[in-house]
Amino acid sequence: MVVTRVEKIMARRGEIMKRALGMDYAEFERSPIAFDYEGMMSAHGYSLADITRIQTSAGVGSTPLLELRNLTDLVRSYAEPGMGARLFVKDEAANMAGSFKDRRASVSIHVARKKGYAGVIAATSGNYGAAVASQAARASLACIICQEAFDSSHIGQPEIIEKSRICEAFGAEVIQMTVGPELFSYMLELLDQTGYFAASLYSSFGVSGIETLGAEIAREMTELTGAPPTHVVITHAGGGNTTGTARGLKRAGATETEIVSASVDLSGLHMASDTDFNRKSFTTGHTGFGVPFATWPDRADVPRNAARSLRYMDRYLTVTQGEVFYVTEAMSKLEGLERGPSGNTAMAAALSLARDLPRDATVVVQETEYTGAGKHHWAQLNFARAMGVEVRAGDPAENVPGKAIVIPERPEQIRAKDFDLARLRRSYIRNALSHAPGSYAPTAEDVAFLAEDTNSDAETVERVIAELKEA
Amino acid sequence: MADVTCCNAGDWVEVEAVLLEPAERASGLPPETAEKPLVMWVKGFARRAAALGGELEVETMTGRIVAGRLSAVNPGYTHTFGEPAPELVHVGRDLRARLAGCRAAESCVAQDAASAPTSDEASGGEAWW
Repeated sequence: MVVTRVEKIMARRGEIMKRALGMDYAEFERSPIAFDYEGMMSAHGYSLADITRIQTSAGVGSTPLLELRNLTDLVRSYAEPGMGARLFVKDEAANMAGSFKDRRASVSIHVARKKGYAGVIAATSGNYGAAVASQAARASLACIICQEAFDSSHIGQPEIIEKSRICEAFGAEVIQMTVGPELFSYMLELLDQTGYFAASLYSSFGVSGIETLGAEIAREMTELTGAPPTHVVITHAGGGNTTGTARGLKRAGATETEIVSASVDLSGLHMASDTDFNRKSFTTGHTGFGVPFATWPDRADVPRNAARSLRYMDRYLTVTQGEVFYVTEAMSKLEGLERGPSGNTAMAAALSLARDLPRDATVVVQETEYTGAGKHHWAQLNFARAMGVEVRAGDPAENVPGKAIVIPERPEQIRAKDFDLARLRRSYIRNALSHAPGSYAPTAEDVAFLAEDTNSDAETVERVIAELKEA
Repeated sequence: MADVTCCNAGDWVEVEAVLLEPAERASGLPPETAEKPLVMWVKGFARRAAALGGELEVETMTGRIVAGRLSAVNPGYTHTFGEPAPELVHVGRDLRARLAGCRAAESCVAQDAASAPTSDEASGGEAWW
């Protein structure tokens, strides 16, 4: 049997990543199912104060926390009497490269420089590429960004093309590729060839970097309102944003804050499909990443993913592309905040959430992202139309991912949907069991680990395991 | 430089290369992806003169030497904001009118926002002069 180029490099994956991360994940493994998550997270030895110092010197963090009085009053104009929570936003677009991803990148780049790597590599079509490229430039490190950018006709979404541009503006070598998961195997080849550091989105370095965001929110909301927020809404894709923010909130004492993750509903679109690729307007913050990464985080490019969103999520809301575009326009016109659409996923969910909460509740949307040519709701709607997607005004409930983007006609039509967390937990447990050898019987330690990793309890985990066995 | 059909050594260019032919692609891909090659584009400084479509090597920003076919000379970006979406142009006008209306009727005034002192209240409710 012929061994393909992909198989050949994937067979060396463990060895390449160990060198490229400067970290041996094997020491945290406890069984075919369980591993020492907190041990892995603290292995870098940096305290929250250390990370704050690293980020301050990198020009990252301490972004403005803004109260959105006009959007709050807008929600109260149609909420039931006495309802309509106060809305706030953490304006993360104010970071150097325009998003919260600077927090992730700053710690990875700090580690890469300290460990003596000559450069860094990341595989990302999102804001993380800009963040890595910007931080690498400041640290005088070489930088390669691998992007899934085009379909097989060399047509690229304007949002991703803008990300290519900004990475090159920061001096990165950008590899633009057509659709396919082999992007990862090519990244391994590059890591092997260059000896650079793997600035993975999912390492403990990157995810620890987001904890400062949660801690800032807890502190600044206490200063502003006298208490941490009752709710924080987080745009969710790979899980790092939810994980890091929630950990930071807890570390800062905000243990009662409800963690609400939010994604754009792209159900029905295949993430590895050459034809579906340009039929979605959102390149991140959507269910195409949010659901698979919640239910099997260890699909990431590191042996064990530091981003484990199910540990922290209290609710998972989905919104439609049309709702997010509408809210992006409303935020610009009512609050003077013109920001990128993907980062406003949580804002759309927050408007729906706030409507059902009492007026003394406080809802923080924990990020914004930069906007500009291509990475703008007009550009994305024009592109969607050009790709044959129907764009029309109407009831967003009629949205069909990849076929119809329905822009609300009135703000009260914005209604986020709750994703069933029990279903996600069950799916995660099934995946965890299926990655262990067939004959392996989960131990009490495994059950305790799965309970922690799903934010549930041993009884629930045991019941699910029993049901899965029967099925 | 859209009409440029060749490059000289040292020019900033883009090359295209096939990384995987369809037969080499990963298993489990949807058929519409599996039947296409995996292609990459990267920019760098041309190591020699070449015509569009011709083979050459480039030196990238990290100093790597990458071989491919010349796909663009002095490649730029043309993405834009484009025209406003007709479905969104009225949003600002409508929502501002709505806010003004509900504030006039005091049906939505934020108790908490109203409790923040205005400059008049802060000075005892009277003009300082």
